[in-house]
Amino acid sequence: MLEKMKEIIAEQLSVDADTVTEASSFKEDLGADSLDLFELVMALEDEYSVEIPAEDLQSLTTVGQVMDYLKAKGVEA
Amino acid sequence: MTSKIIGTGSYLPEQIVTNDDLASIVETSDEWISSRTGIRSRRITGNTDIDTTYMSIAASEQALKNAGISAEEIDLIILATSSSDHCFPAGSCEVQAAIGAVNAVAYDISAACSGFIFAMHTVQAFIKAGIYKTALVIGAETLSKLMNWEDRSTCVLFGDGAGAAVIRADDSGVLEMVIGSDGVKAPVLSCMARTNENFLTGKQPELGYTYMNGQEVFKFAVKKVPECINQVLLQAGTGVDEVDYFILHQANARIVESVAKRLKQPIEKFPMNIDRYGNTSAATIPILLDEMNREGELKQGSRLVLAGFGAGLTWGAALLEW
Repeated sequence: MLEKMKEIIAEQLSVDADTVTEASSFKEDLGADSLDLFELVMALEDEYSVEIPAEDLQSLTTVGQVMDYLKAKGVEA
Repeated sequence: MTSKIIGTGSYLPEQIVTNDDLASIVETSDEWISSRTGIRSRRITGNTDIDTTYMSIAASEQALKNAGISAEEIDLIILATSSSDHCFPAGSCEVQAAIGAVNAVAYDISAACSGFIFAMHTVQAFIKAGIYKTALVIGAETLSKLMNWEDRSTCVLFGDGAGAAVIRADDSGVLEMVIGSDGVKAPVLSCMARTNENFLTGKQPELGYTYMNGQEVFKFAVKKVPECINQVLLQAGTGVDEVDYFILHQANARIVESVAKRLKQPIEKFPMNIDRYGNTSAATIPILLDEMNREGELKQGSRLVLAGFGAGLTWGAALLEW
């Protein structure tokens, strides 16, 4: 899942995929603001056919947390 | 027979509120606001006597002059607004009286930021049915009075203003239109204003200001706008590359950029004035249209897409030939 995530994040946040790790914080490490995160959420929703409600977003600050969240939603690794 | 825009007008109140001005009222900054919204300043009516009706009249007079027709020729006046000065009479009736459109029928519609497109759609239906020939459509808002000026997530976004267009039956003009609503998502963007209560309900009226769930509105706009634009293009058999300008509701520059990306079109085709006026809801599209018209950017035969989206939730798009 990490490879696909890196690809989506790199595209949405205009960052180098190699700089993305599970520990990367969207805001601090990847320079994303709230609207960037909305766009990222939409890309993830399209890719994995899940719905990520606004209230869940607050607890998702790193790439790893999003991967755990998606797995908990039944997304295959 | 279809509807053609034959004249435009607009009015913006003089008082300018910059992001720095706002930073002295609420915890915010020019950097925060401009990077997330593209807004640098907005106009507000402040403590003047200028209100939604006043701005509607001023924009309408300009539009009539630009169209070169007299007020008596107007059959229909529709004012799209969410910020009427009062419950009734409708602002459109006050406009009718002020400009002397004695032969017109006048009423308001409420479709928030999609209001101008919804009004255009109503005009299109009347013209196609052969009921009316000439219409005046206005989008006007005094949103500054519906804001909680202590809520930094909303008060920085909106502004006041009015735009108007004269529309007439013609052989060319609007090619296709689409409008839609999804009331299930109504709670994500609302302004309850004064609730209707008195001794009958046993409750005191409550004051409410504008509320917005930014994420839900952003996602809705970024998905729905390209979708309805693609739909009008499909219905008309027009390729996206054939469109000269996409005149989108000015809610947030980042939404416009995202739509441009999704439609795979250069951002230059998406004119913006949100930096100067913020989001004036139903007024953004006619104000922008009027600015482009006056600057000579709209040539006969230019292909334009107009698209609005907002509370309701509502959305709509029009493909037209100038």
